[in-house]
Amino acid sequence: MNIETKSELPLYEVFIRSKNGLDHKHVGSLHAADAEMALTNARDVYTRRGEGVSIWVVKSTDIVASSPEDRGSFYEPSDDKLYRHPTFFELPDEVGHL
Amino acid sequence: MTDKDMRFDYLLRLGDNSLILGQRLAEWCGHAPMLEEDLALTNIGLDLLGQARMFLSYAGEVEGKGRDEDRLAYFRDTKDWRNLLLLEQPNGDFAKTMARQFFFDAFHYLQFEGLARSSDDRLAGIAAKSLKEITYHRRHSADWIIRLGDGTDESHERIQGAIDDLWGYLPEMFDMDAVDDAMLTDGIGVDVAALRPVWDDYVNGVLAEATLIRPADSWSVRGSREGKHSEHLGYLLAEMQFLPRAYPDAKW
Amino acid sequence: MDVIDQEHDELETAFQAKVEAEQRIEPKDWMPEKYRQTLIRQMSQHAHSEIVGMLPEGNWLTRAPSLKRKTILMAKIQDEGGHGLYLYSATETLGISRDEMFEQLHSGKAKYSSIFNYPTLNWADIGAIGWLVDGAAITNQIALCRCSYGPYARAMIRICKEESFHQRQGYDIMMTMAQGTKEQREMAQDALNRWWWPTLMMFGPNDANSANSAQSMKWKIKRQSNDDLRQKFVDATVPQAEFLGLTIPDDKLAWNDARGHYDFGEIDWEEFKAVVKGNGLCNRERLQARVDAHDGGKWVRDAALAYATKKAARKAKAA
Repeated sequence: MNIETKSELPLYEVFIRSKNGLDHKHVGSLHAADAEMALTNARDVYTRRGEGVSIWVVKSTDIVASSPEDRGSFYEPSDDKLYRHPTFFELPDEVGHL
Repeated sequence: MTDKDMRFDYLLRLGDNSLILGQRLAEWCGHAPMLEEDLALTNIGLDLLGQARMFLSYAGEVEGKGRDEDRLAYFRDTKDWRNLLLLEQPNGDFAKTMARQFFFDAFHYLQFEGLARSSDDRLAGIAAKSLKEITYHRRHSADWIIRLGDGTDESHERIQGAIDDLWGYLPEMFDMDAVDDAMLTDGIGVDVAALRPVWDDYVNGVLAEATLIRPADSWSVRGSREGKHSEHLGYLLAEMQFLPRAYPDAKW
Repeated sequence: MDVIDQEHDELETAFQAKVEAEQRIEPKDWMPEKYRQTLIRQMSQHAHSEIVGMLPEGNWLTRAPSLKRKTILMAKIQDEGGHGLYLYSATETLGISRDEMFEQLHSGKAKYSSIFNYPTLNWADIGAIGWLVDGAAITNQIALCRCSYGPYARAMIRICKEESFHQRQGYDIMMTMAQGTKEQREMAQDALNRWWWPTLMMFGPNDANSANSAQSMKWKIKRQSNDDLRQKFVDATVPQAEFLGLTIPDDKLAWNDARGHYDFGEIDWEEFKAVVKGNGLCNRERLQARVDAHDGGKWVRDAALAYATKKAARKAKAA
């Protein structure tokens, strides 16, 4: 078998917002030569059942992710800022839904 | 030919084009150069099959002899098929397949743009729905012509060769015979001869961007409107039609 | 104790606790190297199976006996390609590329489900594959939706959603054939005769002979044992065969009231081993088809990359 030089098409992550969706969800990845090709491939691979309205593709190497080790300093400060949670506030009934 | 005969024939041409090309694309299933492209080709094939079924069903109704889409697809012999010669050509390599696809998609798009305005409501409906699919097909094949033409030396050579090999099949797409003329007069059909300069502009643009040379108009082959086909169609039909013909009493 | 060993033990303990608490392990989480390797092997072989699985069905696509059947089969095969793609994607999160996985497949280092080394000889085989092979796959897949590794579980959930029509499509073909002409009934019975036992083999060796199962169960990569899944499949499928009026080729098959399950005959593991080793009817053709597609298509991928590079360079120059 051929062991060719590594000329593999780069990996792209795919995010789709469905018709009734509010945000783009990560659905998986695929290989393509460039972003335009990734977009058309994403349509063929991830929207075969009409799932898509908006497709984002990002080269996998362009994604910057937090590390699990950061969890402490990165996330914990938010845990004690309870006022960020809607349930913290008590609203008079007359106000209705907010 | 009666008016009914001509309408039947016209619908057959539309259905047969989509069916034969869909059948050719089905041969790529599991063999494409990359997984993503396998899915893309199958998507296109499925679109074409869907179009074929709509046209053939309608054709059968117009004919009024009780033939449905399957009767028409599985029990006509070569001389009764009306698909363009271009479409029955073998797949060859990916370049040959893309060249065939590109030339037809560019035509298909213009043809269906016109058919979407047909005075025949049902035909117009099928065309309008299919036009959305064909818009994507055309973009997909044009993109590949450019990638292959302006890719590597090898891909450039292959796609140029493919274009040269298929060029002579193209003039047939733009012929107008008595049936075409009658359909045009009735407001049902499209003036495909008038599409030629528009098609040329579009194709020339893509070929230029792909750094490919437009072949000389030195040869042309036609005959499909009279049921005169290349030898390829017989083999394609033998494979496609085998089961219903071998077991004529069976329902599938 | 060495500091490094201690740290490793702590990580491993934390990892196992997470697994036991049914928490998902994600790509950047620490995991035992053996967990990673086991997953790479299992997931990539699952992906290879989907891709190779396109071929026995693709064998009848151009000969499908009605336009409706052709359309449905084409959509099914396309789904399988898509499933392979999702699984390759999920496996890449573990630090192996798709090209490396293909290299392993083509060199024989990685395997695919041996069921696909069998030929499709008549149209009823397409029915049998959908009904039995997909049926067996679904039995296995539902369990995997709860696998500990996040990307694998999510891929399986997506796959399971799409899978539902596959088995129905196959059973529908079997019904049409079983209720059809004499020749069609014979084709259907012939297909069942050839696909039944290889389908049972899909679930893998008996639990007693399955060395890796225990560790995989501990890591929640495997959620149910081979024998349990196989029994589940048999119990569900026997009534379906009875409804078709077809005979399952096993004279030991019988309902066991005491157990509440069907008893069935001994699997011929020699046949299984022989086919896995390369002596099935289609091993060579299946692998060659994949090699031809991948190696034969390299010039296309190279062209796409070359064009993208040129385009980017032109854009940079113009900027």
